[in-house]
Amino acid sequence: MTPTILVSIWVPRLLRGLLLVVLLAFLLSPESFESLLKPLVQPNAPAIYNQGSLLTITLLHLRTVFLATVAATVIAVLLAILVTRPFGAEFLPLSRSLVNIGQTFPPVAVLALSVPAVGFGEKPTLIALFLYGLLPIFENTLTALTNLPRPVMEAAKGSGMTSIQRLLKVELPLSLPVIVGGIRLSVVIGLATATIGSTVAAKTLGEVIIAGLQSNNLAFVLQGGLIVGALAVLIYDALGAVEAMLARRAGLA
Amino acid sequence: MIEIDAITKRYDDITVVDTVSMIVEPRTVTVIVGTSGSGKTTLLRMINRLVEPSSGAIRLDGEDSRSIPGHELRRRIGYAIQGHGLFPHRTVAQNIATVPNLLEWPKARVDAKVEELLSLFQLDPKVFANRYPHELSGGQQQRVGVARALAAEPKVLLMDEPFGALDPIIRAKAQEDLLAIQKHFETTIVLVTHDMDEAFHLADKIAVMDKGRVLQYGPPPELVRHPANPFVQTLIGDMQRPFRLLAVSTVAGATEPGEAGGEPISEDLSLQEALAELMWSGRRAAPVISQTGEMVGRITLDALLKHAARPK
Repeated sequence: MTPTILVSIWVPRLLRGLLLVVLLAFLLSPESFESLLKPLVQPNAPAIYNQGSLLTITLLHLRTVFLATVAATVIAVLLAILVTRPFGAEFLPLSRSLVNIGQTFPPVAVLALSVPAVGFGEKPTLIALFLYGLLPIFENTLTALTNLPRPVMEAAKGSGMTSIQRLLKVELPLSLPVIVGGIRLSVVIGLATATIGSTVAAKTLGEVIIAGLQSNNLAFVLQGGLIVGALAVLIYDALGAVEAMLARRAGLA
Repeated sequence: MIEIDAITKRYDDITVVDTVSMIVEPRTVTVIVGTSGSGKTTLLRMINRLVEPSSGAIRLDGEDSRSIPGHELRRRIGYAIQGHGLFPHRTVAQNIATVPNLLEWPKARVDAKVEELLSLFQLDPKVFANRYPHELSGGQQQRVGVARALAAEPKVLLMDEPFGALDPIIRAKAQEDLLAIQKHFETTIVLVTHDMDEAFHLADKIAVMDKGRVLQYGPPPELVRHPANPFVQTLIGDMQRPFRLLAVSTVAGATEPGEAGGEPISEDLSLQEALAELMWSGRRAAPVISQTGEMVGRITLDALLKHAARPK
């Protein structure tokens, strides 16, 4: 390998590893970073978020995003499978519009509308994230399922697979990398969007940012924002690696 | 035996295959030729019901193909296509095992079959069984595609331009392999191609299609000697006629008693190859030997020319 390739492969990996280490260190022992953040706050204000454990809030934030993404994945993939079957083809335009509405409808508005229905807390946030996350997964699954190599599909049918067997043994395995690509996008959007859930009392990292804004505490805003940012970068990269591995395994790369 | 009985396929008001009837004898190679859009692929795909006929019937050994579900029918009929269509996420062994696994063969039988086929196609099982299709050359992929089609020991093998994506040298080898395999398994093969050389090389019988109809269906020499109409004649090629005749007969049939000098010619070569040899070595005759190496007579330029001449 040439030095340039070595650099282009290893420098990003090292930086990511470093980011992960710093993030974990900060979550497990925020106090050790106090001196770094102290200059950002007024003399008597706390530099580290003090209304709850950052680790717990981060885990809850991740949980919310995870649950919403799982639900969005199940529904979006099922919907995409349905509309790519012969009997479901006529629902394609309808489901496309529905999913598009989910994406264009602002999450804040979803929160405002769902609070009266389901109350404050995690639920309205889950609904908003779920709707917001549908589109990338749906569109990617749709693209994958409709662009499978023709000779392969022809061979699957010609060798006597039933439509269910074709779906499970050929179509889905070959589509998986692209579906994961959609999930990856959805997760990253969800990680950032989840912060607004704290406006309706969901336990997310938005809480830290909002607390900082309310008490004019730049350190709070910064740590809330940076944790979300670091999570997004790390998870995006990790899912990217999963996607590449799946593509290799599917013999597509 | 495949009986195709007045089969028709219409898409709206376009008739792609128009009341075609033909009988494919068991253990023979039937080649369907025609220009693109002639309906030859549609005809082939109606045999395993990848395309459902609009009317007419197809019987396999007397059994109406509509009497069993399509996917079960297709498990009984081998199917190989241009560009092989191997499953990219499955190994060579898994690809070949596709239909046996659908039929739920016991694992030991599947494994034995995969190994047998790989060896038969000159792919070392130890080396190739666990490779993925993208790790193979074009010729190897094509062989695995045919092996997959043959894995469940089908009596009938359908092939749609199976060698279309191969370069000429590999294609010639693939054709030889196919003929050897066909003899080995005694499979009935129906093959679609637009390549007349391929058709004459492989076929026991050729069906010429144009605009959804079969214009002529018969043994290759018959097509050359008595083309049913100008289209068939054009497809065969006026300049090619004598050579096509020579290509479809072997030296054995034109051998006469007598002696000649120089390198002997094997009696299982085609007359075309014998002619090429005589012309190239500047001889008017050559001795003929049998496959076992015995002298059986000679072949002369005159005999060859007689074989290549228009029937009177």
